[in-house]
Amino acid sequence: MDNAAADFGIDLTVDITDVVCPITFVKAKVALEDLTDGQVASIRMNDGEPVQNVPRSVKEEGHKILKLLDNRDGTYSLIVRKVG
Amino acid sequence: MSSFSNEQLERYSRHIILREVGVKGQDRLLKARVLIIGAGGLGAPAAMYLAAAGVGVLGIADADAVELSNLQRQIIHGTPDIGKPKAESARASMERINPEIKVNAYQTYVSAANVMDLMADYDFVIDGTDNFAAKFLINDACVIARKPFSHAGIIRFQGQLFTYVPGNGPCYRCIFDSPPPPDAVPTCSQAGVIGAMGGVIGSLQAMEAVKFITGAGNLLTGSLLTCDALRMEFRKVRLHRRRECQVCGDRPSITAPFDYAAPVCDIAP
Repeated sequence: MDNAAADFGIDLTVDITDVVCPITFVKAKVALEDLTDGQVASIRMNDGEPVQNVPRSVKEEGHKILKLLDNRDGTYSLIVRKVG
Repeated sequence: MSSFSNEQLERYSRHIILREVGVKGQDRLLKARVLIIGAGGLGAPAAMYLAAAGVGVLGIADADAVELSNLQRQIIHGTPDIGKPKAESARASMERINPEIKVNAYQTYVSAANVMDLMADYDFVIDGTDNFAAKFLINDACVIARKPFSHAGIIRFQGQLFTYVPGNGPCYRCIFDSPPPPDAVPTCSQAGVIGAMGGVIGSLQAMEAVKFITGAGNLLTGSLLTCDALRMEFRKVRLHRRRECQVCGDRPSITAPFDYAAPVCDIAP
């Protein structure tokens, strides 16, 4: 996962595996607001509800999803480029 | 990283999720200062929603004490509060809803003598008063101090509101030049009012304050919104600034706030 994520030049890594909906998206959104246009975040989230909802919500905010990496430990890392 | 605590992220999560609010909008709310004049039918829901929204500093001004007949609509007060000053009772409710905010309680009538000082430290004013004298006073003071405010009034099954922003649409005096003659219009205590009417219109006032602070959407400037709850009809009437307005016109004759005589029944119920 580290090698794959490194390809994107991650500016910020956020872990939202310790919270549940809707705080998952809130934390992801807060992290993205701290970035500037074009920077990339890696957001680590649990399988299941977060993976189903957070990427969609992030996309609806207008950001660009670059990749969803399966960490093979029950978590995923969403690689997002901030837009705006 | 953002300076929000996890508890704040959770408390305000439904705001932060909104694209129109987000972290920046919530941050603005936390730094905002709103003065609510009147802790009654309109002020109660407005104060409660703004407290819950995390508006950093809220002023609440009311000279009266809580009475049994208030409780049908003034939901910020409860039966155990009867006899307590409304400003203090309101403060206690607001702090219970959200201990994070600061509430300044002013146990005083708003008059020409204190209105400018009272509103000086606030970004936005909510007129939750129940008489024309106070409404004209607040309008004049806000126009003179270039302070945005939300006007509202309720009676029976009806309500109305509009928002004044300096340089953007009419003021209250553009719409209603001067108070009606005494007893031409009954007060709420004479005419009655449905409690939920205060909830409808006072909540809309809170909505205007939140929109003003966060910059979301369009404010109710340049229009008067009226609600007829019996027919459940809302009307939005477009209104314009009057160049000959006594206070916000091109050559204003009112350059300092002044007091009209308050109706007798408002003083001695």
